[in-house]
Amino acid sequence: MSGFLKLLARNRLALAGGIVMALVVLLALVTPLLPLADPDVTNTGARFQPPFSEGALLGTDHLGRDLLSRLLWGTRLSLAVGFAAAIAAATIGAAVGIVSGFYGGRTDNLIMRGVDMLMAFPYILLALAIVAALGPGLLNALIAVAAVNVPFFARNIRGITVGLAHREFVDAARLSGLSNARIILSEILPNVIPVIVIAMSTTIGWMILETAGLSFLGLGSQPPQADLGSMLGEARSALITNPHTSVVPGLMILIIVMSINLLGDGVRDALDPRLKSGALSRPMAATRVDRRGPVPESAGQGLLEVQELQTQFHVKDRVYRAVGGVSLHVEPGECLGLIGESGSGKSVTALSVMGLVASPPGVITGGAVRYEGEDLIGAPYGRLRDMRGRNVAYIFQDPLATLHPLYRVGDQLIEAIRAHRPIGRREGQARALELLKSVRIPNPEKRLTDYPHELSGGMRQRIGIAMALANEPDVIIADEPTTALDVTVQAQILALLDDLRRERGLAIVFITHDFGVVAQLCDRVAVMYAGRIVEEGPTQAILERPLHPYTARLMACVPELGTGKRRLEAIPGLPPVVDRLPKGCAFAERCTRAQPDCRKGEIDLYRAGPRAVRCIHPEAPLQEAAE
Amino acid sequence: MTGYILKRLLSAIPVLLGITVIVFAIMALIPGDPATAILGSYATPENVEKLNRDLGLDKPLVQQYFIWLGNMLGGDFGTSFSLNRPVLDEVVERFGATLVLAGTAFVLCSIFGIVAGVVSAANQYGWGDKGITFAVLLGISIPSFFLGMMMILIFAVKLKWFPVSGMWPIYGDRDLWALLRHLTLPAIALAVVATGVIARLSRSAMLEVLRQDFIRTARAKGVHESGVIWRHALKAAMVSIIPVLGIQAGFVLSGAVYIEIVFQWPGVGRMLVDAILKRDILLVQGGVVLVAACYVLFNIAVDVAQSLLDPRIKT
Repeated sequence: MSGFLKLLARNRLALAGGIVMALVVLLALVTPLLPLADPDVTNTGARFQPPFSEGALLGTDHLGRDLLSRLLWGTRLSLAVGFAAAIAAATIGAAVGIVSGFYGGRTDNLIMRGVDMLMAFPYILLALAIVAALGPGLLNALIAVAAVNVPFFARNIRGITVGLAHREFVDAARLSGLSNARIILSEILPNVIPVIVIAMSTTIGWMILETAGLSFLGLGSQPPQADLGSMLGEARSALITNPHTSVVPGLMILIIVMSINLLGDGVRDALDPRLKSGALSRPMAATRVDRRGPVPESAGQGLLEVQELQTQFHVKDRVYRAVGGVSLHVEPGECLGLIGESGSGKSVTALSVMGLVASPPGVITGGAVRYEGEDLIGAPYGRLRDMRGRNVAYIFQDPLATLHPLYRVGDQLIEAIRAHRPIGRREGQARALELLKSVRIPNPEKRLTDYPHELSGGMRQRIGIAMALANEPDVIIADEPTTALDVTVQAQILALLDDLRRERGLAIVFITHDFGVVAQLCDRVAVMYAGRIVEEGPTQAILERPLHPYTARLMACVPELGTGKRRLEAIPGLPPVVDRLPKGCAFAERCTRAQPDCRKGEIDLYRAGPRAVRCIHPEAPLQEAAE
Repeated sequence: MTGYILKRLLSAIPVLLGITVIVFAIMALIPGDPATAILGSYATPENVEKLNRDLGLDKPLVQQYFIWLGNMLGGDFGTSFSLNRPVLDEVVERFGATLVLAGTAFVLCSIFGIVAGVVSAANQYGWGDKGITFAVLLGISIPSFFLGMMMILIFAVKLKWFPVSGMWPIYGDRDLWALLRHLTLPAIALAVVATGVIARLSRSAMLEVLRQDFIRTARAKGVHESGVIWRHALKAAMVSIIPVLGIQAGFVLSGAVYIEIVFQWPGVGRMLVDAILKRDILLVQGGVVLVAACYVLFNIAVDVAQSLLDPRIKT
């Protein structure tokens, strides 16, 4: 609760709204004690006095009544009616919703049908019909406004109650023989009250507006008694000659409703867990770059070269070092495997290449990514966009989520081409067809006009690959492209990627957590753990003789067909959280070979020939393995 | 698609019947005697009784309902005693004026609301976002009738850019130009609140969508950021914006009542308020049922639009 209040107070606008609201309520409460003129005493001799005249701070109205006094009394009435309507609507709506949600079945069906029916009206028609039946008057207007808001509360509360009615603690209460009424009062009600409060805080401003509206129409409070709405209604005839009589009550309504809305928004935001975590931020067009320290010089290795890359996630005041100094390179026609558990930073490394890490919260804080020697991290967005898909293309994991659900796949393919060169409709179609054929999609003419949800998982991933090929890139970064697919489809996709690489001389960075996949496709492998490369070398050599204990354990996770004897071993423990990395080797906690010196300090990536390992007690001596 | 539309139309029948039941039930609550209301308190008991018989009010309620329903289905909504003309004629004529006003406001609030929401989301936490968020808050907090009055004061009385009220000039041609001049202020005043609500919802729908994987795909393809926002993100966000448009249409229709009073617009809302104050029950009943029915049909059109946008909806 105090955390909630703190969060609310941090939202300055909500705080301002709260203060204004409190002042208005206070003013309304003390109105009878203030030395004000009688709001209903007419003095036709002093009609339409302007504001700041003697004895009438805000002037007088068309009957010479003191506007300040009428304003305060009117505010009092408007607030009272608005709050009363909100409480009535919330109480009745919550009762209906709880009964409907708790009993379910036919009761629920009948009630919700009725609620839907009431909501099929534009609300004013219902309010007008009720006032027409009951006759104009403030109490009747209150009833009408409360009644039209009951369905809103009923529907909200019913949703929550349905969820609660099948929870364990309610079942437990039922089994212990409590009556339904007791269960509702002691188990359900305490859980729905916060929802009722939120719903009220977001609708009460609206209800004050609605009651003021009915009074404005002459259907609410009747003279001489006046709320803010009827003051405005009466002033309307003198709008042109004496606008102050309209402005005064109108501004008051605006102030009240606006401060309530500010406060209501603050309450809602304070209770929304997604806002606290910053999960509602939009990712920018390119990852934010905040490089400290020097940019590494190009080593001239490979077509694509990642050097000492550091990518972090800044969430509130915590810093997650997802990628902590990763260096990689890939040659034309080569396939580099990047392997690690989930959370090891392999995807973030890959997405950093073209600035696709969601930002906020992602920030690239160091290193360089070079394409043919050109540094991409420092490149302006325009340059980066131009290279995306044209030089470096991506294939993502789950093709149902990564293809746009509302565009035909053919159009998505054509768009990929159009992003980089102007192309006519007919030519685009022909090229899309060609692409679908190149990824061996059967019946490609028909598939062009399909939507993603109409295709199988394997077909969708082929579309994803076709899209990556659309502009004949030199590098393809495949981020777990086969993880969401079943095994036979997986094998087909791998074979396809392998063929494409050989035919077109593509450089592929293949990200996976599966050594079996690496063995089939990759020339070289880099193993990542806790945001760093822990081992690197030719695939065959690593498969035969892993050096890092982590690599060895990761390989043991893959069951081998036909051998049957080897035990399938999971790695005990979890990878470290990357905002609190331990000193020394990050794997030491889970490692069977760990010695005290593993936890002493920074461990370098030792290189010998084509192999490299970040370990001081490897499974086999590095030099020996390199020969 | 035709099958889907037909299915939705059929499913509207119980809703429409429900509406007539609700309206009838509310009207049956009326204290006192409609005949007395019509004839005035000096009417003789014989006259009251005769009128009650003529109106069918001496029959049981259920029977009264079915007679009323049957008459309506036959196009007979009764005769308004205060206007002395058939309810249907009056409502249809007035509803035309309301449609011009509310339809224009609806188009305005849809376009400006969505654009504001998209711009706001695309510049989240930037100055554009802050400005729009504040304007939206102001828009949803200001009573539309007060806004309308202030607009008359400033743009019609002080600046004389637009006429003060009405739908047509008293003298002169009833052409499109005259209509537009009369329409501008009330349509804007009516659109403001809904614009705010739609902008708010569009903003959060866009923020939700912008974090989806397919947006990253579009960026990875090298699509321009404007294409990412306006083609990819907005199209996906429309799936949650369109139902809100349907709901807001109801609010625009509701708000039209106030605006019609403020701007002396000869619409159905002003007619209803006048009818209530004169206790012209048949006119209220007929007006409410017809407008509600139109709104139900409009919402079917919204559902159809939704199914055209989203191929995943089974039609």
